[in-house]
Amino acid sequence: MVSDDKLKEIIAQVVGEMMKDAPAAKANKACKSCCCENVSDDSLEDLTAYKLNEWYQVPNAHNEAEYRRLKMLTPARLGVWHCGAREMTNTMLRFRADHAAAQDAVFNEFPAEFLEQRGIKEFATRSDCKDTYLTRPDLGRRLSEDGAKALKAFVSKKPQVVVYASDGLSGTAIEANYDIVIPAIMNGLKAYGYDACEPFFVRYGRVGAQDEVSEVTGCDVCCVLIGERPGLATAESMSAYLTWHGTIGMSESKRTVVSNIHNAGTPAAEAGAHIADIIDQMFKQKASGLDLKL
Amino acid sequence: MILKSKLFGKVYEFKDVKDVLGKANELKSGDQLAGVAAETVQERIAAKACLANLTVKDIYENPVAPYEEDEVTRCIQDGINFKAYERCKNWTIAQLREFILDDHTTTAMIRDISNGLSAEVASAVTKLMSSIDLMIGAQKMPVYKTCVTTCGYPDRLSFRLQPNHTTDDLDAMRITYMEGFSYCVGDALFGMNPVDDTVGSVDRVLRDYWDFARKWEIPTQVCCLAHVTTQMECIKNGAPADMIFQSIAGSQIANDAFGVNIAMLDEAQDLMVHHGTGHGEDVLYFETGEGAELSADGHWDADQLTMEARCYGLAKRYHPYLVDSVVGFIGPEYLYDGKQVARAGMEDHFMGKLLGISMGCDACYTNHMKCDQNDNENLEILLAASGCNFFMGVPCADDCMLMYQSTGFHDDHATRQAVHKKPLPEFEKWCQKMGFLEEDGLTLGPNAGDASVFL
Repeated sequence: MVSDDKLKEIIAQVVGEMMKDAPAAKANKACKSCCCENVSDDSLEDLTAYKLNEWYQVPNAHNEAEYRRLKMLTPARLGVWHCGAREMTNTMLRFRADHAAAQDAVFNEFPAEFLEQRGIKEFATRSDCKDTYLTRPDLGRRLSEDGAKALKAFVSKKPQVVVYASDGLSGTAIEANYDIVIPAIMNGLKAYGYDACEPFFVRYGRVGAQDEVSEVTGCDVCCVLIGERPGLATAESMSAYLTWHGTIGMSESKRTVVSNIHNAGTPAAEAGAHIADIIDQMFKQKASGLDLKL
Repeated sequence: MILKSKLFGKVYEFKDVKDVLGKANELKSGDQLAGVAAETVQERIAAKACLANLTVKDIYENPVAPYEEDEVTRCIQDGINFKAYERCKNWTIAQLREFILDDHTTTAMIRDISNGLSAEVASAVTKLMSSIDLMIGAQKMPVYKTCVTTCGYPDRLSFRLQPNHTTDDLDAMRITYMEGFSYCVGDALFGMNPVDDTVGSVDRVLRDYWDFARKWEIPTQVCCLAHVTTQMECIKNGAPADMIFQSIAGSQIANDAFGVNIAMLDEAQDLMVHHGTGHGEDVLYFETGEGAELSADGHWDADQLTMEARCYGLAKRYHPYLVDSVVGFIGPEYLYDGKQVARAGMEDHFMGKLLGISMGCDACYTNHMKCDQNDNENLEILLAASGCNFFMGVPCADDCMLMYQSTGFHDDHATRQAVHKKPLPEFEKWCQKMGFLEEDGLTLGPNAGDASVFL
């Protein structure tokens, strides 16, 4: 009987014989000597580091100074030049990179680790997956039966304010803003003396899910922080929707909105303080949406 | 009328004509959301088989929204040519399809019957058409319209220059449209979507655009895509406009949601005839898109393709210079992915052309849809080969205000090159004079891509 070691030796020998004359093996060797030994430690420049309105590459323009000045006024992708009728390679790659960020923000699952690390409790809507979420807006507006039960158990006594996050159309936006906006809102509420329950997360949620959250928790004010549909300019934009005594089926005009919360829009810290002020006004006026005078 | 069909020995029964139309539609997420789609692929084909055997008369006599309750239905039913209808009312939808596709059927022969087709009939025959059918059929049905210039020539391809900006800043839009023109884009229309839909702001935009077009003698038509009532107010106050715009839908309920009705559109057209700055007869511009009716809860349990056809049925009343199906704007709950968007784009173009509409397409997509720029370029090329009258042109396909992706300056002229179609004749000469285009009408000239030629 052949021992294991002997067997391995035989196999190695046979394989070695076979590889000796194989052209593929030679090609691999050649490849190793020509590209893998001269690898630099440098990285290419980040294509997405340039501001679009500063990106300019028209050679010998009739009036470059004025071109650059006007281009600064708009995020439109101008002054990019062309090869034939087509885009230059860097322009094409920058567009694809921006679209990739937007797609990943929409389609990637919101990471469970993010919630675990912060001890954030998660509740479910009637959407059971991303696909259902995108094609059935009605299901994302309602909590699942279990989700509603669990939320009721989680909020033992009726809070004045509920603040929670939902991935919406950009989980990236929640990841980017959560750690700043939540403390800003909570500190503001504490200063005003309002009692708020511990923030939580609703997966695959639409804005309208906040109405069921209001009914289940019995809160006066409900504030959902939700990822906006990403554009190419940013995938990190988040909105806050606030209601006073929300109920399922209430009019959309009763929601107060703070949109465009991201670094290049309203930064999260500023937005958080603003949201706490709005909540204070909602208690004073007992209203939200069009009925609330800010 | 037979509402049962059989496949592999199994009988499929349909409730009524509307049910057949819904289930015969190619798969669309919006029809599933509305609960009108076929449950299985086989049921879809069974519905197509049933539809193929219905007659033009069966479909005409069963509009999807009731005549008494919907003014769009009345406009369509009363608007057909009854002589043309008599010629084809006993044809089955299968015969209508084969007539359109027959090599011996000329454009004139199609036009002999097409004014007798209601929107629902156009939708019905479209459901029996595959992609190549939609292309071959549409190629036979060029539609020419005249505002300042004439569009629709089969050997030409034109574009709407859409220089949108997040705050309607005039200087920001200037550098955008200057660059667009330098890429030979803007022959179909020179017009933006305003953020600020007020008379003061729209008036300012109209005057800026119109003055620029006239100063540089650009053969195109100027329009600002505010609400129709805002534009009318501006024009009454003396603002120049070659065309007037409005978004329309395929039912009265859905048009109510857009704040528009037939009386209002009639008034707008009349105003343009007397106070517009374009000298042609065709002075309206409409935008549409599958799913708008369901989104406004005004779809009457009909499928979104049929509701879209009804938009063109309504548009026909005004012989618009352009109608644009903004096909991928609405989102994945109506058109799920690049495949569904491409199908809808091809269908809309064919149906529009069959109904005599100067049809264009905003080949586009949003970021929550499974679609990318490759899909979008495919659709632009497919439709250009089908004879589509125009597409949009935005910087690098990225509309920084509407936050969606459309067709870019660099896609547009390249599409002309790919299908060997030149710009509209007067615009071609102008581009050559400006150094944006070579003598061959296809190669970009030395000044292309340099907006500062105008500065």
